[in-house]
Amino acid sequence: MDLRFTQEERAFRDEVRAFIRDNLPPDTAERMRLGHPPRKQDTVTWQRILNKKGWAAISWPKEWGGPGWSAVQRMIFIEENQAAPAPELLSFNITMIGPVLIQFGTEEQKRRFLPRAANLDDWWCQGFSEPGAGSDLASLKTAARLVGDHYVVNGSKIWTSTAHNADWCFLLVRTNPNAAKRQEGISFLLVDMKTPGITVRPIISIDGSHHLNEVFFDDVKVPVAMRVYEENRGWDVAKYLLGNERTGIARLGKSRERVAMAKSAAREVRFNGRRLIEDPAFRQRIAQLEVDMKALQITQYRVVSAGAKKSDGRPDPLSSVLKVKGTELLQASTECAMDAAGPMANPVWAQELAAMANEPDLFAEASEQSTASYLMLRAASIYGGTNEIQKNILSKAVLRL
Amino acid sequence: MDFDLSDDQRLLADSVTRLMADRYGFEARKGYLKDPAGWSAAMWGQYAELGLLGLPFAEEHGGYGGGPVDVMLVMQEFGRALALEPYLATVVLGGTALQLAGSTAQQGEILPAVAEGRMKLAFAHGEREARYDLPFVRTTAKRSAGGWVLDGAKSVVFHGDSADRLVVSARVSGDDADEDGIGLFLVDADAAGLARRGYTLRDETRAAEIALHNVAAVPLGEPGAAFPVITRVVEAGIAAMGAEAVGAMEAMHSMTLEYSRTREQFGKPIGTNQVVQHRLAEMLMSMEQGRSMAMLAAMSVTEPDAAERARNISMAKVGYGQAARFVSQQTIQLHGGIGMTEEYAAGHFFRRCLVIEHSFGDTAYHLARLADEVE
Ligand SMILES: Cc1cc2nc3c(=O)[nH]c(=O)nc-3n(C[C@H](O)[C@H](O)[C@H](O)COP(=O)(O)OP(=O)(O)OC[C@H]3O[C@@H](n4cnc5c(N)ncnc54)[C@H](O)[C@@H]3O)c2cc1C
Ligand SMILES: Cc1cc2nc3c(=O)[nH]c(=O)nc-3n(C[C@H](O)[C@H](O)[C@H](O)COP(=O)(O)OP(=O)(O)OC[C@H]3O[C@@H](n4cnc5c(N)ncnc54)[C@H](O)[C@@H]3O)c2cc1C
Repeated sequence: MDLRFTQEERAFRDEVRAFIRDNLPPDTAERMRLGHPPRKQDTVTWQRILNKKGWAAISWPKEWGGPGWSAVQRMIFIEENQAAPAPELLSFNITMIGPVLIQFGTEEQKRRFLPRAANLDDWWCQGFSEPGAGSDLASLKTAARLVGDHYVVNGSKIWTSTAHNADWCFLLVRTNPNAAKRQEGISFLLVDMKTPGITVRPIISIDGSHHLNEVFFDDVKVPVAMRVYEENRGWDVAKYLLGNERTGIARLGKSRERVAMAKSAAREVRFNGRRLIEDPAFRQRIAQLEVDMKALQITQYRVVSAGAKKSDGRPDPLSSVLKVKGTELLQASTECAMDAAGPMANPVWAQELAAMANEPDLFAEASEQSTASYLMLRAASIYGGTNEIQKNILSKAVLRL
Repeated sequence: MDFDLSDDQRLLADSVTRLMADRYGFEARKGYLKDPAGWSAAMWGQYAELGLLGLPFAEEHGGYGGGPVDVMLVMQEFGRALALEPYLATVVLGGTALQLAGSTAQQGEILPAVAEGRMKLAFAHGEREARYDLPFVRTTAKRSAGGWVLDGAKSVVFHGDSADRLVVSARVSGDDADEDGIGLFLVDADAAGLARRGYTLRDETRAAEIALHNVAAVPLGEPGAAFPVITRVVEAGIAAMGAEAVGAMEAMHSMTLEYSRTREQFGKPIGTNQVVQHRLAEMLMSMEQGRSMAMLAAMSVTEPDAAERARNISMAKVGYGQAARFVSQQTIQLHGGIGMTEEYAAGHFFRRCLVIEHSFGDTAYHLARLADEVE
């Protein structure tokens, strides 16, 4: 046992850091430094730059374009990329659909979709949740009826992140309404978002952004060849995907970036007669976040290295620990960055600022984004299975209660 | 000790509750937001008619001689309805400044106009560099041939864009952070040299940045000795916002309770899960502690001992701020995805509480002030 990075790992970290510094487009870097979420084009461009370097499909086997990194190298890369901050690899592509196809897809599906997913030629979205099926995902109702060599899909999905940007959707549908167990009547389909009968309705979230959507399916025809794995075995695929998703939600590098943002604001502003950064309570708050980040980092390495040694490919129940602790930390660090902004956390004046572009007000812009990210990340304890559900999983799967 | 309301107070609370229930549903509010001013002139007229705009003023000024508890009752209802109008800015902040520092003539001119709904005020004290530090004032006031002139800038002035008259703090003498040497001044909103830039806050209420270049101003009270007045204006604001936060917490708690009874997952209402039940119980406990602290604030506003008053007000701001943050966060959590949407009311209450928390000193600021006094 040794917690220190090896010399190779340290060299790898430096290499990643240098690559990001030298290759991240400056306008993207500047926007993200101020705390803005990346634009669609920022994400696409950056993922293509990474893919060219062989660094996009980071968790995939080499034959499908993976870099052949160790689990530790992957963690280092993700952390550095988040902390830079640079646009994150599109998780729908890299963490979700890629590994699913590699594990469950046909050769034809792999060949058709994997290279395009790695290069973000296709933007994927996740069509799982429904109005009546959130935590209880297995109660989903969107129906797919087999007619000749097509499924005909009817129903609706909700909370579909970035569906308005997406080219393809991986969709959970009910193919057997009469199965003995609800989980046994579900299938996993790949759907071209341009198929007739699909309507995307935007949902604006409390940070004012358009990230979420409702997606309606009205007699949408999906070729049988677009089904992943066996009919009515889609739940196995979904569980595999959700386990991977959970691990990725911790986003330690993002917490690190938010804490850095809080510190840099605190160096600039007054507090009770001195700089905020000099206030002992503020320093303790930062110190506490750093303690929590360290604990999460080590737990994450433990889960990841244990996972690398397991052969069954099943997610470690400890991934629920990462999800809960990681999102608590994300929320605490965005909260800290917002509080550091002080009264500047209150205004929404991006448009005002843009109108007065002759005099960019960077502190105001960053402060506004601190509140926006605080608001948006309230969802981190909801998506990917709520934190209450994660604790239920731990109670049952680990504690056998 | 007595926590009972008088008959008059009960009547007041009932009439405001009724008005807001009739006219300030979440849908009606969306309509008010469409007004370029960002609030409803019609509702402002209703408040005037009900006597709310002069509530804390003396009868000779068209008021009702009400106290902080009366204001608390009104603000609680405004918090429950997420009222957008400049009541805090005009009646509580501006009104308190005039009551404490205004000359007989100034009070006689302005307070009746406010009570009748003809004049709106704003309290322009905060500056970008001050953050929460109350005595930090860099805007200057200089005596000139024709009177006083102000130079400087004020930041995040609540409803500064719709005010007719501004109460502006400015430094007459001393260093940036000295308590001595600050004055309060009355300035016409359309005075030459004054520029305003209005915008919305996270909760959709309005605020403004105000730039002052050689702006003619009239002293409100003795120039140079205004810090105690500023402190009391802010204390009144903290008390009023506490009541608003309580109203918002009540609304959030009851909508979450209702949701937990009706939303079903795994074949049963989510409220049948013990973890959800306990969370709602914790929210209730926080809310009741927050309510106690908002009451403490309201009842401390008129406390004559300045140190005692400051301590109580800081305790209250910490207490109700923490309660509101917890209740807000859990409201969204227990709603799941729907709580994250702009269409649903929860997020709006959440953001009102967020703005309240980052006004007049946040939790950390007031804790630090209390910590400085620990013996
Ligand atoms: C920003 C955001 C992005 C999202 N992106 C996607 C996406 O791209 N694709 C997709 O398919 N979905 C997405 N989701 C949906 C997400 O997975 C669901 O919101 C989540 O699973 C919760 O479901 P729900 O919203 O219906 O809440 P509900 O399941 O109704 O839960 C409401 C509350 O009840 C609690 N609860 C429910 N059941 C229990 C129980 N048994 N025990 C204890 N507590 C319980 C929950 O923890 C929660 O606090 C997204 C959601 C958000 C907010
Ligand atoms: C110092 C002390 C003094 C006491 N004095 C007296 C006395 O003077 N007279 C007297 O009659 N008794 C007395 N008691 C006993 C006391 O009332 C019991 O200990 C108490 O009611 C809990 O019962 P228990 O110890 O059997 O724990 P249990 O009831 O077995 O509880 C164990 C744990 O399970 C939790 N739990 C149990 N049921 C639930 C549920 N439905 N939902 C969630 N969690 C649950 C509990 O909260 C607890 O954490 C005393 C106990 C102590 C420790």
